[in-house]
Amino acid sequence: MSYISKDELQKKACAVLENLDCENLKAKDRMQIPLQEMPSQDPMVRRHNMQEVAIGYTPEQAKVEAERCLQCKNAPCMKGCPVGINIPKFIKEIAEGNFQQAVDTIKLASLLPAVCGRVCPQEKQCQLYCTLGKALKDVDKSVSIGRLERFIADWEAENSGAVHIDIKPATGKKVAVVGSGPAGITVAADVRREGHEVTLFEAFHKPGGVLMYGIPEFRLPKDIVQREITQLKDMGVKVETNFVVGRTLTLPQLLEEEGFNVAFIGSGAGLPTFMNIEGENLVGVFSANEYLTRSNLMRAFDRKNAATPIIQSNRIAILGGGNVAMDSARTAVRLGAEEVHLIYRRSEAEMPARIEEVEHAKEEGVIFHLLENVKRIFGDEDDCVTGVECLRYELGEPDDSGRRRPIAIENSEFIIELDAVIVAIGNKSNPLIPQTTSGLEINKWGNIIVDSETAETSIKNVYAGGDIVLGAATVILAMGEGRKAAEAINKRLTEL
Amino acid sequence: MNKIINKKQLSDEVYQMVIEAPLIARSRKPGQFILLQIDTDFGERIPLTIANADDKNGTITIIFQSVGSTTHKLADKNVGDYIENVLGPLGQPTHLKELAWVVCVGGGIGVAPMYPIAKAYKDAGVKLTVIMGARNKDLLIMEEDMKALADELIICTDDGSYGRKCLVTEPLKECCQRDSQPGEVIAIGPPIMMKFCCLTTKEFEVPTTVSLNTIMIDGTGMCGGCRVTVGGETKFVCVDGPEFDGHKVDFDNMMKRLGAYKKQETAAHDKYHKHVCKAEEQADELAKQGDK
Repeated sequence: MSYISKDELQKKACAVLENLDCENLKAKDRMQIPLQEMPSQDPMVRRHNMQEVAIGYTPEQAKVEAERCLQCKNAPCMKGCPVGINIPKFIKEIAEGNFQQAVDTIKLASLLPAVCGRVCPQEKQCQLYCTLGKALKDVDKSVSIGRLERFIADWEAENSGAVHIDIKPATGKKVAVVGSGPAGITVAADVRREGHEVTLFEAFHKPGGVLMYGIPEFRLPKDIVQREITQLKDMGVKVETNFVVGRTLTLPQLLEEEGFNVAFIGSGAGLPTFMNIEGENLVGVFSANEYLTRSNLMRAFDRKNAATPIIQSNRIAILGGGNVAMDSARTAVRLGAEEVHLIYRRSEAEMPARIEEVEHAKEEGVIFHLLENVKRIFGDEDDCVTGVECLRYELGEPDDSGRRRPIAIENSEFIIELDAVIVAIGNKSNPLIPQTTSGLEINKWGNIIVDSETAETSIKNVYAGGDIVLGAATVILAMGEGRKAAEAINKRLTEL
Repeated sequence: MNKIINKKQLSDEVYQMVIEAPLIARSRKPGQFILLQIDTDFGERIPLTIANADDKNGTITIIFQSVGSTTHKLADKNVGDYIENVLGPLGQPTHLKELAWVVCVGGGIGVAPMYPIAKAYKDAGVKLTVIMGARNKDLLIMEEDMKALADELIICTDDGSYGRKCLVTEPLKECCQRDSQPGEVIAIGPPIMMKFCCLTTKEFEVPTTVSLNTIMIDGTGMCGGCRVTVGGETKFVCVDGPEFDGHKVDFDNMMKRLGAYKKQETAAHDKYHKHVCKAEEQADELAKQGDK
């Protein structure tokens, strides 16, 4: 796909709009309307800045895209949305130019449209079920629900004043929410709305969890995250930063000594996996968590102002094929690396990263090494990384995950010279809370075990959701889990 | 925001601060540490050990050496000022064992984190030998505190300006050579000192615990920046430590990892000094103009 500028896209959208008889569109006509591409920064320009890659639809583009929606009565898209947004309704409002009504429709179900519109894997959720995509036999031709969601959230931020959210009268009940990432934010909002007192505990100095430390500025501007947090605070949610539950106070202490009636654990999957290969502790080998946290939360990309340093690499390798690997690779590009190598042991079809992220990474010059894997990492006398030894792979039979198992090809070793390596092969559950909470049951991966209906853990009045339950997943799934838990918590609180 | 209640300069580069942190004061145990950040938007997070705590008054005592840009900024703060972010207590508490005799070796400001551990052993009725070392007399800290605690206190300086002129490993070796060996040696100080303490005790097979201070960001196991190789396995100092079996720690790799950002840190340090010097020059200039 070659790059098309925002102006060009806008011109085309206006032309379409001019010829569109919006009053009398039939399903057949709607299917003919061209899909609106997301305007983005020129790849050659954005390689050198941290600003957001996707610029967002113009109002004209949004309107054209909204007219593509067939307004199916049974709304199959909604079953793909973990938080159950009324998708056809908000799209209809956009088509009719009622942007405020579109905002209101989304906000009934989701507090974070500006975030979700940017980072949800819509192609695997709402857009997967879109009738238009099915009719056109291509999921990529579904209505761009995510882009429309983002458009409307950004429109709100620019045009609408402070949002007023109704809070029911105080109940006197106290809820502790551990972790201020997507799951915690959702629970805090949903529980607070019912009039309960909510305190959100965050170990870092800024709330937002993975939205702050993990996802880069160029994909999710931090101002947007803080805007959502401010909204929570305006609702009366207390935010306690610099508080690590399990250490500052334990979960049992919060419940028994600090008067919290209920707790929700949404502490995330914060324990990076390494490969256990030779050379992994050399200088210049980082977990993606560390590399991204330095750049995102600690703002190390801003070398002039930030006190936190980040490696200045010329030839860097990222190990892994997920969204975190793409984020790391694209961060490395922006930090000035001359060569960024992404090494993944399966083929592109098996990559867990979103297609859009893979495309963006390619456009920005990331070099993909597929069906290859690092066997060991070399260093010099100062223990600084000098290169990696790789092996080539081929795909065999499907494994437990349903993806074809990569099999090493004997004697296929080769060397890539490098000065840094980022390990982005996943996260395990952080054991801090289970270790300091007796009676809290976990499975063999360290994930907290919960009731699938209510999200309640083995301890009464303690709920959990997000990555600490799911293992490393996505923002929207964590929000969906949070929503489910909040519903059960609200119900429980009426019984206490 | 944590208020500075008290500040004392212990030596040329070493400061002691008492800061308000009621929950940390309440929860902390010997061996644990905090992370501290000045400037929420652009500051770095650095680990510092907790030298003491007062649960009743809700304060903790930190002792630090102004060696980097953050510790310099911290040293410039005064009583009544606030530190933006303090997180803790972090790490596993010291695993206190039932022993007859323990030798504590503290080098430089390593004496500070040593103090709560030595005190815990003393309170448990264990015979306590404390070996304190520093480059010179001026850099010795907490001598009085340790004197009050130790059954036997041995002080050494590199230049002989106070106590014995030797490295801490010399009296440590003598302790190991006595008829009955210490049940445990705890060594806290610069990595190179800990490395040689461990080499000394290894020969006598005296169990040795070290407390490591590595580069960290979150301090909760999320980033893995603090990882060290212990007995061939990767461990995280922030959640598995900070204390480890010193005979198993790969100190050489740890020291190299500590130096990962040396170039950038030196630049930041120089920039800070230049900034301060420039400010002082400007102040002098203004004062001169004022005189005129």
